[in-house]
Amino acid sequence: MGKVWVVAEQREGKLKKVTFEMVTLARQIGGEVEGVVIGKDVKGLASELGEYGVGKVYVADHPDLEQYTTAKYTRVLAELINKEKPEVVLIANSAQGRDFAPRTAQRVGAGQVSDITGYEEGVFVRPIYAGKAYTKVGATSHPLIVTVRPNVFPAAEKAGGQAAIEEVAVSFMPEDLKAIVKEVVKQVSGRPELTEADIIVSGGRGMKGPENFKLLEDLADVLGAAVGASRAAVDAGWREHRYQVGQTGKTVSPSLYIAVGISGAIQHLAGMGSSKVIVAINKDPEANIFKVADYGIVGDLFEIVPLLTEEFKKLLKS
Amino acid sequence: MKLVVLLKQTFDTEAKIVLKDGKIDDSGVTLIINPYDEFAVEEALRIKEKLGQGEVVVVSAGSDRAQEALRQALAMGADRAVLVKTDGLQLDEMVVAEVLAKVLQQMEYDLILAGWRAIDDSSAQVGVRVAEILGLPQINLVTKLEVGEGKITGHREIEGGTEVVEVPLPALVTAQRGLNEPRYPSMKGIMQAKKKELKVINAVDLGVNATPKVEIKEIFLPKGKQAGKIFTDEPAVAVAKLVKALREEAKVI
Repeated sequence: MGKVWVVAEQREGKLKKVTFEMVTLARQIGGEVEGVVIGKDVKGLASELGEYGVGKVYVADHPDLEQYTTAKYTRVLAELINKEKPEVVLIANSAQGRDFAPRTAQRVGAGQVSDITGYEEGVFVRPIYAGKAYTKVGATSHPLIVTVRPNVFPAAEKAGGQAAIEEVAVSFMPEDLKAIVKEVVKQVSGRPELTEADIIVSGGRGMKGPENFKLLEDLADVLGAAVGASRAAVDAGWREHRYQVGQTGKTVSPSLYIAVGISGAIQHLAGMGSSKVIVAINKDPEANIFKVADYGIVGDLFEIVPLLTEEFKKLLKS
Repeated sequence: MKLVVLLKQTFDTEAKIVLKDGKIDDSGVTLIINPYDEFAVEEALRIKEKLGQGEVVVVSAGSDRAQEALRQALAMGADRAVLVKTDGLQLDEMVVAEVLAKVLQQMEYDLILAGWRAIDDSSAQVGVRVAEILGLPQINLVTKLEVGEGKITGHREIEGGTEVVEVPLPALVTAQRGLNEPRYPSMKGIMQAKKKELKVINAVDLGVNATPKVEIKEIFLPKGKQAGKIFTDEPAVAVAKLVKALREEAKVI
């Protein structure tokens, strides 16, 4: 095995957790683990990666890279791959990663395995049909681009090393600068992203109305959790599309998924079935959700959720 | 305006996955237009209607059966359709993208639309790869689209928010849920669809020489779960037991 690259995901000068998760995966794959950091004023992040045992880090630091665009990132990464010839390139399967990964793969003539959740002796494991089945995919040529689902691999621990830093010359072609980012609207929320959250509290048709999601938000606040919704709740207009968990929504894999008033349509189970621990709260004992739940309470969610919030509050304060 | 929509036929979201001889068995499965592609078809139709002129062409790479999905898009209002039959070809996302790009190179287009991913393999690669082959700028995961003079502006979903991106035309856009509500074909639309052009091309005749860069070694089904613990006590007791179990047994809190 030659070089295995971890393309760091950073936001506002901080490395995201998935970057360290990819370091773990890179070590499992074997070979020389190297990092790539792209952005503006990101040299500090490169040395930080070194502390996690990454031997060498390529840094593309350029004022034009402050704002992400597909074309700019593709230019930088594709040229670097062509020059340095890594065997495997790991990129986060985030909104950003999955935007430039296939473009880069195509430019360098590489195959891509998207949204992987496992690795076994040379093959990557990934869900298809939103987790109703899995495939093991291997490369027939290199380089291979792999996008890695956040929250699946354990984050690497600090190993206390120092990386050799190599600065990469950055230059753009006129077509790279055609896309203009006019505005970035941030969602004002203290809660984690659904796809990154360690705990998710999700509501379905049983919530009966948008106002009742307050109950879930209170519970989520105590747990530091994200709030999701089933397709039924989204279709009813109670929550925005971006919060939908399921086959036509987000696929999530938190440590704990609390499904409240969700019957468990196959569509929904496909999106959250890979959660490590599933808790169901539903008044219908026959609900499908209980078939996949590790723990369940049959009863009225309007009574149970506030009690649950209080119980967690007590536990987490003590 | 010339609008092209890339469309894939997929399993219905309710479909149960069954393996037969190590492959996914599609017998008896209801097939639909990939839901994200349906948003793309709807958006193309809306753009054409808004501008009062233009053409919407739907293009699919797949088997003969994909004609059903193309007919449905025609019934929704698309003007004509092209099916590229990929039977007998060794496929991965790159090969499919090369095949589609080859067909698109023979067509006129101002805007190409596609779903951001297909709900079956969920690779989220083909649309973007096509954009790269054709040298087009892209806007991925669009939830709102505005067509201007020689340019488009897309609101795209990013982690923790939305980004508004403007690119010159021609361009490729991938659709995300929230973009619109796809229409149902009307009876009149279904009747008209029968008369519309549906051209069938064999991919092998296109002279694409890309070969797959990845291969599926194995397909397997996830292990069935064991029945969980259901607490049936009165609410306060059940809640206390649940929280205790999450902390001491499952160790997730």
